[in-house]
Amino acid sequence: MRRGAASRRHFHEELDTLQARLMEMAGIVERLIGQAAEAVLKRDWSMAERLVADDDRVDELEIEIDERVMELLALQQPMAVDLRQIVATNKASNDLERMGDHAVNIAKAAGRLSQAAAIPEVRELAEMVSIATGMVSQSLAAFVSRDPEAARIVCETDDRVDDLRGSMYRILVTHMLEDPRRLSAALELLLVSQNLERIADLATNIAEDVVFLVEGRNIKHGAEGPA
Amino acid sequence: MATVYGIGSSGAAPALEAKAVSVSYGDATAVRDVSLTVPANRVVALIGPSGCGKSTLLRCFNRMNDLVPNARVAGRVDFHGRDLYDHGVDPVEVRRRIGMVFQKPNPFPKSIFDNVAFGPRVNGFHGDLDGVVEASLRQSALWDEVSDRLGDSAYALSGGQQQRLCIARTLAVKPEVVLMDEPASSLDPIATQRIEELIYQLKERYTIVIVTHNMQQAARISDYTAFLYMGELVEYGPTETIFTNPREERTEAYVTGRFG
Repeated sequence: MRRGAASRRHFHEELDTLQARLMEMAGIVERLIGQAAEAVLKRDWSMAERLVADDDRVDELEIEIDERVMELLALQQPMAVDLRQIVATNKASNDLERMGDHAVNIAKAAGRLSQAAAIPEVRELAEMVSIATGMVSQSLAAFVSRDPEAARIVCETDDRVDDLRGSMYRILVTHMLEDPRRLSAALELLLVSQNLERIADLATNIAEDVVFLVEGRNIKHGAEGPA
Repeated sequence: MATVYGIGSSGAAPALEAKAVSVSYGDATAVRDVSLTVPANRVVALIGPSGCGKSTLLRCFNRMNDLVPNARVAGRVDFHGRDLYDHGVDPVEVRRRIGMVFQKPNPFPKSIFDNVAFGPRVNGFHGDLDGVVEASLRQSALWDEVSDRLGDSAYALSGGQQQRLCIARTLAVKPEVVLMDEPASSLDPIATQRIEELIYQLKERYTIVIVTHNMQQAARISDYTAFLYMGELVEYGPTETIFTNPREERTEAYVTGRFG
């Protein structure tokens, strides 16, 4: 259609703005998670304060996106893929906001860890960090490129994170039983693993939203069956 | 008196201000004591059920009610600080500066060019008429479709094109305000969308007041919405507020389809 006279051009420009806000939020959350994970792995607690400030911006963006979504739904009567984009964006923004909170939790745990008695390195933690942060990046990339296949891979990866969390739980309980001085550090690491596992779950939600956005199909709760 | 919310903070200067306007046809009061400010370069939508007085109110803004037998207007409508209804105000000049587009496209039985050139010619325009016609057709998003057949009859155009031609004809005399009375109600959905997009673009240069019985249309295109009911202005505020969180119960009931 001819540019300038195209129907509903300004509505589609508003959809682009909505997506841009979501991506701004995604960029901050991705960085937050990366920094929080690094703080744990390096036992560096100095980052926590800055993370909290960045998380405030995430909260602001969530509210802005909520308002834009409400306005677009009320005023523009979106249909088909436009409607799915608005609904998916609203859900993804809620998920990103939760991820930001989990990142802050991890950074705070890092702060307490740096004060706690030493505990031997848990190899699974680094792997969990790597997979969970990868899932976040890949789910967001799939959202931007509208790629349901990439999104399905993210969903499948979630099982590996759940397994790692189970492993960490057993390892950390063993440490606690063996040496009660390691209790504090082990509990903090357990908390970190729980937060990482939730972040991976939320990345999975976003990936499921990508399939909904592109294909209009709901694959939540195993609705699609085994791949 | 109606409750008016959030208009004062719009930042735009008022283009038109209705102050305690009442209109009656014989013994019947169609509009009762309405005060409403139309900010410049904004789109204001008037909504409400049939017979609520929205078209009557619209016609007050360029003295079209003068042409209706028995119609009597009380109150004032200020335009650049002067009451449009003052003695000595020329209604023809009012209608040049405050143009109107009607429900059904009403092109003259003339060529496309002559339709647009009509107003400037009547007003004694002696400048670059080709330039005015082209500029007007571009602003109404019709130029690309008709530039190679300006001599064809306006009747050869589709309904949606005819309506955009009527908008071009209105713009050709360089109005400040454009009043639109259900400008898309006789058009198909695609032509309607193009008119809506056009209205959105026009507000850069013009102030627009539109009457529509299509509530969703008001939601899509307007900055401010006024809800009228039985001749009274029930609520007037930012469109977003009217459709997401109106303050008045009657507005809420109307926009959610509970009456009207």
